[in-house]
Amino acid sequence: MLKTVPRFKVNIDYEKCIKCGRCSENCTYGAITFDREQDKPLVKNNANCVSCQRCVLFCPKEAINISQYPVTYAPHGTWMPYYIRAINEQAETGGVLLSGMGNDMSYPMVFDYLVWDACQVTNPAIDALREPVETRTYLGRKSKNLHISEIEGKFELEDLPPNVVLSTPIVIGHMSLGSISYNAITAMYRAVKEVGTLMGTGEGGLHRDHYQFRSNLIGEVASGRFGVNSEYLECAALEIKIGQGAKPGHGGQLPGEKVNKLISETRGIPLGTDALSPNPQHDIYSIEDLKTLIAALHEASEYKVPVGVKIAAVNNVAAIASGIVRAGADFITIDGFRGGTGAAPRVIRDNAGIPIELAVAAVDQHLTEEGIRHEVTILAGGTLRSSSDLIKIIALGADVGMIATAPLIALGCKVCQQCPTGKCSWGIATSDPILAQRVDIEYGARRVVNLLRAWTHDLEEVLGTMGIDAVESFVGNRDRLRYLGPNPKEAEILGVKHAGDRLKLGSCAS
Amino acid sequence: MSLQEVKKITIDAKPKGNNLHYKELNKQIRDALRDGHNWIVVENVSGQRYIGAGIKEKVTIEIFGDVGLDLGAFSEGLTIIVHGNSEYLLGNTLNEGELVVYGDSWDITGMGARGGRIFVMGNGGSRVGIHMKEFKDKKPAIIYGGKVKQYCGEYMAGGLILVLGLNFKDAVIDTKKPIGRDNIDPLKVKDIEGEIVQSDLGGGMHGGAIYIRGEVPDEYLGVYATKKGFTEEDKIIITPIVERFCELFNVPPELVWGKKFTKIVPVSHRPFGKQYVTTPI
Repeated sequence: MLKTVPRFKVNIDYEKCIKCGRCSENCTYGAITFDREQDKPLVKNNANCVSCQRCVLFCPKEAINISQYPVTYAPHGTWMPYYIRAINEQAETGGVLLSGMGNDMSYPMVFDYLVWDACQVTNPAIDALREPVETRTYLGRKSKNLHISEIEGKFELEDLPPNVVLSTPIVIGHMSLGSISYNAITAMYRAVKEVGTLMGTGEGGLHRDHYQFRSNLIGEVASGRFGVNSEYLECAALEIKIGQGAKPGHGGQLPGEKVNKLISETRGIPLGTDALSPNPQHDIYSIEDLKTLIAALHEASEYKVPVGVKIAAVNNVAAIASGIVRAGADFITIDGFRGGTGAAPRVIRDNAGIPIELAVAAVDQHLTEEGIRHEVTILAGGTLRSSSDLIKIIALGADVGMIATAPLIALGCKVCQQCPTGKCSWGIATSDPILAQRVDIEYGARRVVNLLRAWTHDLEEVLGTMGIDAVESFVGNRDRLRYLGPNPKEAEILGVKHAGDRLKLGSCAS
Repeated sequence: MSLQEVKKITIDAKPKGNNLHYKELNKQIRDALRDGHNWIVVENVSGQRYIGAGIKEKVTIEIFGDVGLDLGAFSEGLTIIVHGNSEYLLGNTLNEGELVVYGDSWDITGMGARGGRIFVMGNGGSRVGIHMKEFKDKKPAIIYGGKVKQYCGEYMAGGLILVLGLNFKDAVIDTKKPIGRDNIDPLKVKDIEGEIVQSDLGGGMHGGAIYIRGEVPDEYLGVYATKKGFTEEDKIIITPIVERFCELFNVPPELVWGKKFTKIVPVSHRPFGKQYVTTPI
């Protein structure tokens, strides 16, 4: 094999090293091994190091650091190391390059061009520490009209569509058992249960141990239909997966080597078989077909739970979303092009789709113009890095923000993008039961709870400064945002005024 | 059923000459279940969708008329007998049970099924049995008496599909009566002339097996599907299913066994294993 220069270099300071072997025990990628003869850990292969930082953080003596491999590339603005390495790998294997997590290319981040408003003099701010700021949100279809009937002098509301109450407008996105470990998924299921919000099951079915969390889960029905049984249909909500932000139009496959006993039980497939999800759902080739699956799920769940549809943010996302509302979906989940994945072809992950900020603004405005925005709940994610991204996506038109990479980071993820290898040294993106033990369920759940609560507090504080006492009145409130970026066209699509834009004489403040 | 007392109820899907909406029809079926009925006869069905969707009680629904999409979808343990035809998606994501159609059933029958058996007397459309799976004793089976179209068994991950190539056209004794076992003349069931499958058979399959009665031209095989010799062991595997078919549709078993089966299996359980590279870039 023609070699390329390793990306990272592992440096062990043997003056500090006590030869405890924790680094080599923890390294799952084969970069460090413990040499019995020399009785010390050795850097076996720098090329295997992915900078997951496991060894660095587990060394009791701070004797290890990882640096970028100290080599100076011949300067070139076009043929950068990334491209040379990719060509080398494909020339060697002839395969499609897979990667994990979200898009790692440096596209401009629209969130970073947005700032928000605050109350000054003319409208009072709310003191969120002492006054209530409501973060409760309802997921599901909203009635156009309320039908009230009078029976013997008593008034009764007629059939309202089912809605799920969320204590905060943050849900954890879909990640399936198999793409992440039993311990990682259990920690997050526990966290959403404690906080009173939802998490998506992903398409990998639901393990028996996790039935107890169903009132906090969105059961995903994807093209593979893994694990969709009658117990599964009792989740708090159901969601038809059409697309994923990291790989719009692409299905998925859990490679056979990850399909161990636990996974095969949960998905209902034999050990060691590839779990393949076709690119399309073969019963859905049109909006009309989508309507039939939505209706089938409504029937199968006896109209007790909302049924939604998840799509990737693509060029005509607004028109597609409109079709989905008309097909009878109770909620729409939109996943932006930076959204994460357990495995996706790099070429798709890094190039397909559009940013979530633009997609949500387009969908919200389009549905509002068509007079159907109020009928559905919009969930949006991929990638919300912080509470500020969450706040901005709500102002741009999402009812609920969806996070997934953030809670994984709370569990220990260092975003090294090795998810498809199944070797995750932090025990997160692996189906290996031994590696999974590296996630402490109790402690992990606590950290995810803390994260969800901290972002919720951030939201309350910010809403307070804007004088808004309920997050539902902030949804789509683009007027409280201002654009501070290079491209006026972008501001126009977002429906956001440029910072400093004056109120015209004679108009009134909103 | 034999140990249990039969509690039968009849629902008219077209009361006073108006077709019931599927929501109302399904509601009446569920109400009947709640009242303890275990044999629900539905008459005058005319294309209503989603009948029996998501029901997990082990009861029988007997239907007279042609049913719409998604009959028995997501169900788990139902016995459904249709004296008529079925539209697309019969037994979509079926988990358990026995679905019997005395007629044709068109595209995507048994999509993603994980258990149960689907018996269709007549013909099918494309993508029959797509993405069926199996796990331990949960092994779904789809049996078509007639012929099917393209992409049969596509992406199949487990279970069995049988296509028998039988023609029941002249075997119906009284065409004015609903088709059932008693209305089929076993001596008049014939073989279909010509091909009984079409192209892309088993494309992308990575589990399970497809048994076609008669020869299958090589060019009909989909990617990653291959022919394998039909052995005595295979005969043992499909015998109970064939026998049940013969019992349901009043077909002499000798007729079915009179022609040799072709067995189609996946080339590998990991057809796309070499397609992808996970080396960090």
